[in-house]
Amino acid sequence: MSSSKVEQAGGKAYEWADDRLGAAKYLKKQLNKVFPDHWSFMLGEIALYSFIVLLLTGTFLTLWFKPSMTEVVYNGSYLPLNGVRMSEAYASTLDISFDVRGGLLMRQIHHWAALFFVAAISVHLLRVFFTGAFRKPRETNWIIGVGLLTLALLEGFAGYSLPDDLLSGTGLRIANGIMLSIPVVGTYVSFFVFGGEFPGTDFIPRLYTVHVLLVPGIILALITVHLMLVWFQKHTQYPGKGRTEGNVVGYPLFPIYTAKAGGFFFVVFGVTALMGGLFQINPIWLYGPYIPDQITAGSQPDWYIGWLEGALRMMPNIEFSAWGHTLSINVLFPSVILPGIIFTLMALYPFIEAWATGDRSSHHVLDRPRNAPTRTALGTMSLSFYGLLWLEGGNDLIASTFSLNVFAITWFMRIAIIVIPPLVFVATKRACLGLQRRDRDKLLHGYESGVVKRLPDGKYYEQHEPISDEKRVLLMARATSPQPLPMPEKYDENGVRQPGYWHRRLQARLSHFFYSERIPMPTPEQIEAALHHESDVTAERDTEIDDSRAKALAPHE
Amino acid sequence: MTIQPHTPNDLPVHRPRRSDTDPRAAKRAERQVALLFLGSGLASAAFIVFYVATPLDDTIDIPGFGAVNASNLLLGVTMGFALFMIGAAAIHWAKKLMPDVEIVHQRSLHASDDEAKSALLEEYRRGVDESGVKRRPLILGSMVAALGLAGLPAIVLLRDLGPLPGTALKQTMWAKGTPILIAETMQKIRPADLEVGTLVSGVPEGIDLVMEEAGDTNELAKSAVLLIRMDPGEIVADQTPAGSASWTYQGIMCYSKICTHVGCPLGLYEQHTHHMLCPCHQSTFDLSDAGNVVFGPAARSLPQLAITVDDDGYLVAANEDGFGQPVGPSYWERP
Repeated sequence: MSSSKVEQAGGKAYEWADDRLGAAKYLKKQLNKVFPDHWSFMLGEIALYSFIVLLLTGTFLTLWFKPSMTEVVYNGSYLPLNGVRMSEAYASTLDISFDVRGGLLMRQIHHWAALFFVAAISVHLLRVFFTGAFRKPRETNWIIGVGLLTLALLEGFAGYSLPDDLLSGTGLRIANGIMLSIPVVGTYVSFFVFGGEFPGTDFIPRLYTVHVLLVPGIILALITVHLMLVWFQKHTQYPGKGRTEGNVVGYPLFPIYTAKAGGFFFVVFGVTALMGGLFQINPIWLYGPYIPDQITAGSQPDWYIGWLEGALRMMPNIEFSAWGHTLSINVLFPSVILPGIIFTLMALYPFIEAWATGDRSSHHVLDRPRNAPTRTALGTMSLSFYGLLWLEGGNDLIASTFSLNVFAITWFMRIAIIVIPPLVFVATKRACLGLQRRDRDKLLHGYESGVVKRLPDGKYYEQHEPISDEKRVLLMARATSPQPLPMPEKYDENGVRQPGYWHRRLQARLSHFFYSERIPMPTPEQIEAALHHESDVTAERDTEIDDSRAKALAPHE
Repeated sequence: MTIQPHTPNDLPVHRPRRSDTDPRAAKRAERQVALLFLGSGLASAAFIVFYVATPLDDTIDIPGFGAVNASNLLLGVTMGFALFMIGAAAIHWAKKLMPDVEIVHQRSLHASDDEAKSALLEEYRRGVDESGVKRRPLILGSMVAALGLAGLPAIVLLRDLGPLPGTALKQTMWAKGTPILIAETMQKIRPADLEVGTLVSGVPEGIDLVMEEAGDTNELAKSAVLLIRMDPGEIVADQTPAGSASWTYQGIMCYSKICTHVGCPLGLYEQHTHHMLCPCHQSTFDLSDAGNVVFGPAARSLPQLAITVDDDGYLVAANEDGFGQPVGPSYWERP
């Protein structure tokens, strides 16, 4: 077919569609939509594409999987389990693995993609946090993102639990124990969810509907809103030459991003397919069917449940019994209260920061993490907290791998979880301020060229070269960094107590926590001066930290 | 030179790529893209060949790795390359041959102007006014009540998800005289069959029938026990209440196998310390000392089952109420 014929055929379809939808005007604008380019913007894409891979491979698996706990005697191709009694769910998973061509591959791609899905969401969340992309006007999308992460964890755990092998059954046993720990309603919750006592025969069919319909449906809806908001609000961009709060600089959707993003989907799918072909994952036939009185050593959940597992392992054994009731703090706190606090704080963080800093303006240019030292330090502090929980989740593997005492590891973690995160906070904040100092130096004195010169009087010095325009704009992105809020007065000039004093005092204190320690930016005049008379500006070197905290916290006279 | 740090409006200078300036480089890139697409097509064809030709039980020996499933490996690798190469081709095409000049769009303000805001508010007020909810509060009140009540059946409908807990968690099938079977062989056991220092898993006699009848494994999740024999001199304490006959029989003790933390079956026994470790969260119980917790997140001792021997000399449960307390994880109604 010649190209004119192609265009003709396309033209007809185009006319047909536009007569009915009038889409031309709208689509013209969208095809030309600009997206900024940066590798870290691909993290969310990986999550999206993994989800599509999950939908495709998952649909394939439903064609053979039987979500039933009815007991059958296995009689398939995997000889070691022949004649063994097991649930239909487990037997059909064996069939998918051994009697359906490509079945094992689809199972393994599905599992790898699930691990990637949660990992990509997590790293994407970190990118959004550390660059301040959650700030106004994108708070809603941050909350949707936190919701998606929560659902992804739930969905992953549900999928992991469906095959009814020994590991997944153990996971469900733990989930049941956690439900039982909820005060007042826990026993009822457990009986309603499991259709009676654990394990019963209702749970896997119920979980199946949750896993293949309910949760993916909600995830799909939330992803749609998530992307629509990105589209509507336009993507954030990193600071750089030509990039302002008022514009968006990048490549158009068509053809560049159609090719790049479309291609990237195939890359993600291809890589998960290669992983599925090359690397074994969750070999359920080795674990055997779930039998409630059996267990294997070294039981491990998928990586993203590790932090909850670690919290359960780390928790001291506190339990209260009184008036005929038992309150299991040892289970309730690490598995219900702690995740509740963490996800709530995470969802509310944009509002907490906006309130504490008094920053009400919209932001479309991202922060470099060093330029928001307190936020960055809060982030790494939380990461170290998470990391310690996660390590404790594998304390038995650490113990056996490194020949350590598992009790000693747990005791170390119990102390470390309190001691290490604050240290990480301080270290990160210092590091950020140090990087700010270096940026300031570069602005004022240029970069170290590595050329050492000797003067006639014998003095050696290293020659500094001015930095490029692009670099200078990047380093000056901090110029607008805000000031801490002033401490409010308790009484007005007539000696009457100000309304809302404590509220504003807390806000001011938080604002100082965020902003009081800053490295002053050189003024444009200083930089210009530095460019012309490089050597004159050395006096400003290594300026003191603007320690306005002590001054500002003292009540105004 | 003047610096305008707050209005860095001009974009960095665009540096042309080789494929922009050298037609031969552009042609080379074109061929590379086409080659990648072609490679993908070949991989897809290979996938179909392997799907048809590779029996499911074939294995391939990979040196230093061992035998792997041939079908899975070949299908995965061909499918992986078929997809990956499409992606690589599209990205290469975009990077080498499509324009790489960044363009600038202005952001429009999201917030509407005051006029639009007040116009919307006006429209909303008109609607509220026309509906008459303000003048007829009875309608609003009854509507809210009806909507609220309409939600209740949805909750009530879920009632039959499961039975009420009742006393189910308090009971196991252990009763006075229930013989203990070795879980592996499902045979009764005499004290002489257990050497000092051994530990075996046990279940109550008749559990297979109970599970068969119920069609589930609920009873096994509660009734599984550990049977252990140690030198009576090593036993520090057991759970025998004051004034009652010993729950331990000739150094043989029987404990619930279900961890009191969140209910995993216990699994790792250290013979010389008599410590029993739960593989899930490392709760550790001292079986020689009344099943007390020596480490980990579990808060309660393992329930001990009082045992004795029947007339034929087989080990059986001694008390009518079995453990005399619920086994497994704690729950709100647990006394």
